[in-house]
Amino acid sequence: MFGLFGCRINFNIEERGSIVSNTLKMPANIKKKFYKPFRRENIGLVYILPWFIGFLVFGLYPFIASIVYSFTDYTLLKPPNFVGIQNYITMFTTDKDFYKSLTVTIIYSVVAVPCKLTSALIIALLMNMKLKAVNLFRTAYYIPSILGGSVAVAIVWKALFVNNGVINSILSTFGIAPVKWLGSPASAISIIVLLNIWQFGSSMVIFLAGLKQIPQELYEVARVDGAGKFRIFYKITIPLLTPVIFFNLIMQLIHSLQEFSAPFLITNGGPMKFTYFYGMKLYEYGFKFYKMGYSCALSWFLFAIILALTALIFRSSNSWVYYEDGGKS
Amino acid sequence: MNQKKFISNAISYFILIAIGWLMIYPLIWLFFATFKNNNEIFGNKTLFPSSISFDAYINGWKATGQVTYTVFFGNTFSIVIPVVVFTVLSAIFISYGFARFNFKFRNVFFIMMLATMMLPGSVIVVPQYIMFRTFGWLNTYNVFIVPSLFGTPFFIFLMVQFLRGIPKELDESAYIDGCNSFRILWQILVPLCKPAIFSVIVFRFLWTWNDFFGPLIYLNSVKRYTIALGLRMSIDNEAAIAWPNIMAMSLLSIMPCILLFFFSQNYFVEGITTTGLKG
Repeated sequence: MFGLFGCRINFNIEERGSIVSNTLKMPANIKKKFYKPFRRENIGLVYILPWFIGFLVFGLYPFIASIVYSFTDYTLLKPPNFVGIQNYITMFTTDKDFYKSLTVTIIYSVVAVPCKLTSALIIALLMNMKLKAVNLFRTAYYIPSILGGSVAVAIVWKALFVNNGVINSILSTFGIAPVKWLGSPASAISIIVLLNIWQFGSSMVIFLAGLKQIPQELYEVARVDGAGKFRIFYKITIPLLTPVIFFNLIMQLIHSLQEFSAPFLITNGGPMKFTYFYGMKLYEYGFKFYKMGYSCALSWFLFAIILALTALIFRSSNSWVYYEDGGKS
Repeated sequence: MNQKKFISNAISYFILIAIGWLMIYPLIWLFFATFKNNNEIFGNKTLFPSSISFDAYINGWKATGQVTYTVFFGNTFSIVIPVVVFTVLSAIFISYGFARFNFKFRNVFFIMMLATMMLPGSVIVVPQYIMFRTFGWLNTYNVFIVPSLFGTPFFIFLMVQFLRGIPKELDESAYIDGCNSFRILWQILVPLCKPAIFSVIVFRFLWTWNDFFGPLIYLNSVKRYTIALGLRMSIDNEAAIAWPNIMAMSLLSIMPCILLFFFSQNYFVEGITTTGLKG
C-alpha cells in the first residue's frame, strides 16, 4: 500500500483481480492470435503515453544532456568543446566562491531544517490536544507556507528587517540597540533561516496527520499501566511518529539545499557574498554568465550531495525510524 | 485534576496564540503598511496607519507607467489558467492508466515517475533552457504551458493515490455494462475524484502563481512579465523605492492565494496528507 509517507511506498500496485478477465474469456485460439496483444490491460499504456513522452523530452533528455554538458565549456555563444573533468577541477581549485556558497548553503540547511521541523512538531502536538478553535490556529499557522517563495513575502521580510524597519523599532522599545540585519553575515543568514522556519505550516499539517494515525488504545494502555505524560511522549508518540519525521527531513533537506528566491531577493548574496547560496551560484553561472557547462557541473555536484545525504538518512533510518511491521514494506 | 487540566490548557492556548500572532504579524503588518507613507512604514513600530489612504494602490498599480499591473496580472493569469487546466486533465488521464490497468512494466514506469519527483530541478534546468531556446520558446508562455500537458509527476502520484481508494468493482460493473475505459474514467471516476482534483487545482495554482525562478529565467521583456517579476523589478531600482506602492502591490499579489486558501482549506489538508508534500 501507499502509506502516507514516501519512505514506505511499496511499488507493487496490487494485482488486478479482475472479474472482467475471468468472466469474459475469449476462445483460446482467438485469444492467442489477436486478444493477447490487445489485452484490455494494455489500454493503460495509451493513458500513460503523455507522461512517457514528457518523461523522455522534459526529464530524461535534460538529465542526460546535463551530464554531457558538465564535461564541456558550453556557453550558448559558441559551440561546446569537450573539456573532460576540467569544470569539476575548476570548481574545487580556482573557484573562490565555491566553498563559500557550499558552506553557507550547508550551514543554512543544517540550522533551518531541524528548527523548522521542531517548531512544526511542537505546534502539531499542541494542536493535537483537542482544544477549541483548532481550525482557526491551523489556518494562522498554515497561511505563511502557502505563500512559499513568493516575491511579496521576500519584500515584506526585507522591509521588516531593514535598518530602520519595524523589527528594530520594536527592539528599541526593549532597549536593544538596532541590529544591522542585512549588514552582517550571521544576521543576514539568520533572517533567511527565519523566513524558512516561518513557513513550517505544511510540515506541521503532515505531523498532525501522523499524530492522528497513532491508535488511541496505545495511550490508554500506557495510562492504565501508570506511565507519565513524558514517558508516553518518548515511548509512544515519538517512536510512532519517526516515519513522518523521516519523510519531512528528507523533503525539507532537498528543498533547502536548493534555496534560491530568499537570498536572491532579500540579501542578493550579500554582505560580501556571505549569503551567496549555492542555488544563486547555479543561477548566476547558468543564466547571467551563460556558462552552461560549468553550471551543469555545479548542479551535478549538488545532486551528488543530495544523493549522499539522502542515502545517509536512509541508512541511518534503520536505527531510529520505527515501522510497525518491522520495516518490511 | 480538573484544575490541572485547566492550567495545562491555558498554557497551550497561550503558546498557540502567542506564536500564532507572530506567524500572521508580518501579513497584518503588510496589510496596514499599504495605507501608510514611507515615513510611517520605517522607523515606526505602530501597526495602524495614522490615516487611511488608497494612494498606494492607485500609484502602485501604474508600475513603470508604460506597463501597469493590469498587464502583470493578465500575464500571470494567462500562464496560471492553462497550466492548471492542463495539469488537472493530464493528471486524471495518466493516473487512471497507472491505477487501473495492469500492463507490462507498469511498476517500472511508476518507479521511474517517482524518481523524477525526487530529482532536484536544478540538475535539469540548464538543458531544459537550451532545449526551449532551440524550440524558439524563450520569452513565451509555452515553456510553462506545454510541459504541463504531459503531466506533473507529483500530481499524477496524488491522483493515483486517490484512485486506489475507489473500489474497482465500480468500473468493472460499468465495463460489463459496455462502458469503454474512457467513459468509465469520465463518467464514473472523475466525479468521485473531485476532492483530489480540487487539491491538484489548488496546489498547481499556488505554485504557478508564486513561481519566481521560472519566469525569471525564461521571460525577458517587461510586457510579458508576471506579477512576481513585476514586483521584483520595482524593488530593483534602489534609488527611490516607493515602499507603500510596493506593499500595496505585494498584498494584491498574495490575495488570490489567500482567498483560494480560505475557500478550499479542507482540500489543502487532504492534499497534503495523502501525499505528504512540501509546502
